[in-house]
Amino acid sequence: MAGGAKEGDIMEHTHHDEPFIRKYVFSLDHKVIGLQYMITSLLFLLFGFSLVLLMRWQLAYPGHPIPVIGRFLPDFIAAGGIMHPAAYNTLGAMHGTIMIFLGIVPLGVGAFGNYFLPLQIGAHDMAFPRLNMMSYWVYFVGGVLMLLSFILPGGAAQSGWTSYAPLSIISPGQTVWLIAMTFLITSSLLGSINFIVTTLNMRAPGLTFSRLPLFVWSQFITAILLLFAFPVLQAAAILQLLDRIAGTSFYLPTDLIVGGNILGNAGGGSVLLWQHLFWFLAHPEVYVLLLPAMGIVAEILANGTRKPIFGYKEIAGSFSFIAFLSFIVWAHHMFVSGMKTKLSYLFMTTTMIISVPSVAILTCFLLSLRGASIRYKLPMLFALAFLPMFGIGGLTGLPLGFTPSDVYLHDTYYVIGHFHYVVVTGTLIALMGGIYYWFPKMFGRKMNEKWGYIHFWGTVIAMNGVFFPMFVQGMAGVQRRLYDPTAQVHNLVVQPLNIVMTTSAFVLLLFQIPFIWNFFYSMFKGPKTEENPWQATTLEWACPSPPLPHQNFDKVPTVYRGPYEYSVPGRKDDFWPQDQA
Amino acid sequence: MSSPSAVMETNTGIPNGKLGMWLFLASEVMLFGGFISSYVILRTGSTNFVIPGREMLGVPLATLNTFVLITSSVTMVLALDAIEKGNTKGLIRNLILTLLLAACFLGIKSYEYPHKWHEGITLYSGLFGSFYYTLTGLHMLHVLGGMIFIGYILKNAIAGRYTPQAHARVEYAGLYWHFVDLVWVILFPIFYLL
Repeated sequence: MAGGAKEGDIMEHTHHDEPFIRKYVFSLDHKVIGLQYMITSLLFLLFGFSLVLLMRWQLAYPGHPIPVIGRFLPDFIAAGGIMHPAAYNTLGAMHGTIMIFLGIVPLGVGAFGNYFLPLQIGAHDMAFPRLNMMSYWVYFVGGVLMLLSFILPGGAAQSGWTSYAPLSIISPGQTVWLIAMTFLITSSLLGSINFIVTTLNMRAPGLTFSRLPLFVWSQFITAILLLFAFPVLQAAAILQLLDRIAGTSFYLPTDLIVGGNILGNAGGGSVLLWQHLFWFLAHPEVYVLLLPAMGIVAEILANGTRKPIFGYKEIAGSFSFIAFLSFIVWAHHMFVSGMKTKLSYLFMTTTMIISVPSVAILTCFLLSLRGASIRYKLPMLFALAFLPMFGIGGLTGLPLGFTPSDVYLHDTYYVIGHFHYVVVTGTLIALMGGIYYWFPKMFGRKMNEKWGYIHFWGTVIAMNGVFFPMFVQGMAGVQRRLYDPTAQVHNLVVQPLNIVMTTSAFVLLLFQIPFIWNFFYSMFKGPKTEENPWQATTLEWACPSPPLPHQNFDKVPTVYRGPYEYSVPGRKDDFWPQDQA
Repeated sequence: MSSPSAVMETNTGIPNGKLGMWLFLASEVMLFGGFISSYVILRTGSTNFVIPGREMLGVPLATLNTFVLITSSVTMVLALDAIEKGNTKGLIRNLILTLLLAACFLGIKSYEYPHKWHEGITLYSGLFGSFYYTLTGLHMLHVLGGMIFIGYILKNAIAGRYTPQAHARVEYAGLYWHFVDLVWVILFPIFYLL
């Protein structure tokens, strides 16, 4: 396998014929694995999105049969086309799980990290190619299990992606969820070890940490977060699994009454223990979603502004500071759980502190734009859209970090709006920008610009149409997880907004069609591009497009300067690649 | 693995495998940390946490088992020391000793488990039992994994694959084994002595 397996046409990525099985299926090449991650996670994103479309229909038109596809849905989801309440719970739980663990993280870390981290540090591959392959296939099995759980007896999980005890212990479907999560946790463990060792050990000569591209910084810090946060969820999941199948009571209090009967368990457990363990993972997880996106935005911004990024050191430092702090803010998700007031002061304080480095990063990005002659290419539009939209997402988080305002806003649509602005209009927009930015590198071809613009504007406008009304609804007191919002009188005033949101969601789906078409069409038929179409400085542009299999570079590059040497006075070109003397 | 990284100098000077092993152990610390802190929180905070009497726990036997496992760590160190001096026979002998001691540990545990179960400390009898079987069970899985790892090293050692210059995996197996040992050294007092 090592060395010179010849690269055929990139088209063959879709053919899984026997002779290609080592090359395209069980490949050890970080680039093929990255593409596998990318396509799998994009499919999961589409699937997770389609789940929420069903929910959105129910929210806008409660009790009305789902049009067109309603009659094809099995009876336990929507008998007569009308959504079953339990199915609504399942869709909510699985939407969250799929989007976070099978969609965004594998796209941001698995796909972009795998493909571009080794390239940006001038390495020929990851440190452990075999672990890398395993990490993808373990993720794949976990994903397939999650999908299978829909048709297994008991159905898919229905206690939210947060799986709060005791609901998660008494409701069906959760066992498969826990087992699938174990696969996903194992996959991320293998991946994070690989990323950290690769970054520490395999940098090209001259590439010191102070010359690392910010994308590499973001992936490195993200890997550290994954390494330390996920094992705790694994521990929590094992305890929950034992509560379900072995009759233990880690999360079950004494004499818990379920359905009018006292549960026979020994008891003594604590439901809050699950919440603490879960959020100890899940708050760092927020930054696992966010940091790779910020890294991508930094790359695109420096390239599009033709200037060194403002505050390189401050941004890298903020990444690290965020990573450290993200381990001591978790209980701000639990202000209404009845934990001690003194404890909530502590977590309120740390939460306010962690907003400082996030704002610092955003400020650096904004200041990078100052005085720049910006090239408004497609990736740059996505990076620019990230700034205000992530800004909305971040700033609306502050009232949730303060206990007094959180007590009112907790578990309302305001929260949903907040984290969707961070994860969708923030992270996902940046990841889409990353696809447009690095597409020429991955396939040696360019995506269609006209369709790209249509995708961009449609997506950005529709996303705001989906998520902005959530703030209004949340402040009006609409609770999340409601199957039928019209059941509560105070929701009726803002119920028309649900029609706006649902319509926007379908428009959003419509505007993904040009993207899907563009992605696959351009992969095979797009116009060929030159080696460095964006005139970028980082190392991934120093190798052929697509890079050589199992080797990447013709010869090991030597690094002479920092990552963003744009518009250096006295030079003819306005960019100075890292590997040019 | 035929990748050139095996011969290439790394930036940190630490071989990839060793760094990877340390990172893996760091994540293991977090895994056991999650369990142990849950145990501590419920043991100190739960209103229904019954701690069994010292005589029900069989402290002397567990103490013996602790010594068995610590001794196996010593033989593992001796194995690494032997190959560093080029003594393949010493390596093989000490690896076999380590495996025997590990098997002895598992043997004593498999006597302890049914004994405790009969005395009424079961997986579902109460929080103490639940934590006891979960944590020691997980530790036993780690012991088994370590035995497989060491068995693989032993197979290679018998085939004469290790030299004083190239024996990195012996060291990695040792790192892992010492960690498994360390976990037990923490589990022993928190379940048997406190």
